[in-house]
This record gives sequence, C-alpha cells and structure tokens, in this order.
Amino acid sequence: MSETTTTDDAETDRLRIVLAKLGLDGHDRGLKVVARILRDAGMEVIYLGLRQTTSSIITAVEQEDADAIGLSMHNAGHLTLGPKMVKALEADGIDVPVIIGGIIPPDDEQVLLDSGIAAVLGPGAPAEEVARAVREAVAQRR
Amino acid sequence: MSYRNLAVTELVERARTGDNRAVGRLLTLVERGGPVADQIAELTHPLRGNAHVVGVTGSPGAGKSTLVGRLLAEWVAQGFRPAVLAIDPSSPLSGGAILGDRIRMDDVVPEGTFVRSMATRGHQGGLALAVPGAVRVLDAAGFSPVVVETVGVGQVEVDVVAAADTAVVVATPGMGDAVQANKAGLLEVADVFVVNKADRPGASDTRRDLQLMLDLAHVTGQDVDEHGTYFRPEIVMCTATSGDGAAATIDEIHKHMAHLKASDGLSRRRALRVRAEVRSRAERILMDHLDRAISESDLLTDADPNPVSTAESIVSRITGND
Repeated sequence: MSETTTTDDAETDRLRIVLAKLGLDGHDRGLKVVARILRDAGMEVIYLGLRQTTSSIITAVEQEDADAIGLSMHNAGHLTLGPKMVKALEADGIDVPVIIGGIIPPDDEQVLLDSGIAAVLGPGAPAEEVARAVREAVAQRR
Repeated sequence: MSYRNLAVTELVERARTGDNRAVGRLLTLVERGGPVADQIAELTHPLRGNAHVVGVTGSPGAGKSTLVGRLLAEWVAQGFRPAVLAIDPSSPLSGGAILGDRIRMDDVVPEGTFVRSMATRGHQGGLALAVPGAVRVLDAAGFSPVVVETVGVGQVEVDVVAAADTAVVVATPGMGDAVQANKAGLLEVADVFVVNKADRPGASDTRRDLQLMLDLAHVTGQDVDEHGTYFRPEIVMCTATSGDGAAATIDEIHKHMAHLKASDGLSRRRALRVRAEVRSRAERILMDHLDRAISESDLLTDADPNPVSTAESIVSRITGND
C-alpha cells in the first residue's frame, strides 16, 4: 500500500478542530458560538473550553489528530499568547494552523499574522466566514 | 515532520514505542475506514490482547465523562496506563459534532493517559467497525485499561459497551422507579453499577431499585450465564465531581476481571467480541453488494414493482440463488 493513501483530502475529510481559551480568560460565550458554527458547517469540534495551556492544547491536538486550533482571546493577551502557541507547536514539530478570534485591535492583526497565526476573526464575523477561514487555513498547510 | 505522510507500518511501529501522535493518526485512519483501516487492523491484530476493555454507559448528563476522568487519575496512581475512547453523537443534519468529553476530564486527567473523542458519524455500521478497530490500536499501543465511553441510546452504542470485557452502567438519582430500571435494556448488560451524584437526594432510592432488580434477576436465574457461572454486579455509590467512590469503582471493575479470568469468561467474551466484529464487517460487505444490486436493478424500473418479490429477486441475485 502506498504512503500517499494515508494523506488527507481537505475536500472529503471531516475536519477536526480543537477550540480553547488560553490562560486566565473567562469569557467563553464566543467560543461556544464558534463551536456551534463549525459543527453546523460539518466539522468535528473538540471543545477544551477555559483555562488551557499551550501544552494541554498540544496534548489534545496530538491525541485527537486535530487539523486546526481555534483560540478565543478577550483579555488582551493575544500578542503574548498567540505567538507563544505558534512557537510551542513549531518546537514540537506540529504543523497545524492557529486561528484567533475575539477582541483583537486592528493594529494587532497584522502583527499576529506575521507571527504565524493563520487567520484572525473579529466579533460579528459571519458564520460562513468563520468556516471558510478554518477550511482555507487547513488547506494551505496540506 | 508531518505524520500525515508516514506509512501505516511506520505509524504502528511508533505507536508501540509510546508515540501518542502516531496513535492519534492511526485512530483517524481507522475512523475513516476503507483499505487503510483494514491494513491497520491486519497490523495491530497480532499485537492486541493485553488491554482490559471497559465499557462505560448511562444517560446523557449522568456524569460518565467526569467519572471516567476520576477513574483515569486513580488508575494512573495505581501504575496503569489507561486510554479512553469517548464517543459523542454527530449532528444528523450537518454531520458535524461538538465533542465535549475532554472538558469534563480536564482537571483530573494526569500525564500518561490517552483521551480520544470520536463522533458517531451516522453512516450505517460505521461505529460498529470503527470502535473495535480503535480499541485494537490502543491495545496494541500498550494502553490498559481501554475505556469506551458512550451514551446509552441506540443499539450500536449498547452493543459497543456490551462487547467490552467489563460493562459499567452509570445511574443517577431521579432516573425512575424499579419498573423503569427493569425495562431499560441497558441495565441487563451491566457488570458494575455506579450510582453517581450520590450526594444528591434520592441516591439511596436508586440503589435500592437497582438492588431489587438484581434480586429479581436472581429469582429468574438471569444472573447465571449459559455456562452456569454466577455473577452479581456490585453497586458503587459515587460522587464523580469530588472523586468519592472512584477507587471503589475501580476495585469492582478489577474484581469483575478476576471473576472473568477465574471462570474462563474472558476468552468467551472476547470470542463474542470477535464474532460481533466479523458480523459487522460481513454486514458492511453485503450492504455494498445490496446497494449496488438495487441501483443496477431493472426490476425497480417497473411502474409498480411488488416489494416482496422484488426484494427476494434482488437478494437472490446477490447470493447466486437466482
């Protein structure tokens, strides 16, 4: 059996997305809405919820073989925690896109994208845009 | 390095040496089914057999995941290397799913455990094939016990738990009286009962109802299997949120395993499990033939086909008894 048969096809595969909030950030309503949006878009959401660490997220991504990570940020920690997550993944050799949603000032968006975050979604992003951002981020890594 | 490009043989080799990413990848491929999943089954089949497979079921909200999280922590403290397959339903509309079992285990699950969320994915017979395959991967990777956690609704879910070495049924106060306890088919598959939320009012009533049901099973001889082996499930009172009763639950699970080994029941249960998987696989093959025969059939182009004779004709074509 050839090796190529084990690779994924973003079109036919059911995407698995880990959703979490990093550190002390107690506002999880947005994350729950995103979970529902992605489920309704046909994806499988592994919902980790509040108070996660970069290492607890990496453990989940490994065990769940996730295709992408969605982080919700409402505590102004995104410039610290976003790049930290990307670096932690790189250090472990895990090539999975990180998408950040929440309250991100416009000026910070490009900083996050430059640091390796795959996409940034603000409040009020329509459901189709959220699902599309995830699909595109996954497709780009494959 | 991407695990997505690794050959199956390489993934299995890595999984055996404690590489959890390889285990995670194998489980994805098993879930997807098809020839790659079959190859994984071939490779892991000779490596299995050391895991104590524990099924955990109960109504939604009974506290299964919270309990399983506590059991994992206790097993790790006792020197075991446990893994969990946590099954949640897929949305019948979108096919997507929110897999929320991990969040319940998060606070207590220590390093060295393996937790995998699995969606039911709706397609016919999918779960019945994916679960045995996934359990075999975890078994081959050296995990034991391997817990299969699922909501106790639907025949496939009940079958999955009934096919475990030890089946744990989680009940809660307020689930109904003894009549309810008797008519729910779930209770008949239990090897260990856990009354969770034992700190809530009515917990002792639930315990009494279960006891009554077990007494009745004794009167009618249901607690003796066809080989004459007697086993009465214990009832453990538990408060999963605090961890009270987790150690006692594990004691009962281990006692049941000791009973299986002493009574030759283990080999019999595992033979039944193999039989069930063979049946599921055969069913899948037959279904493919059937679907093809129906889509190719000229019998259905009639304006008013007779359902009885048409079905018989189609099956005859598959079985070659035309």
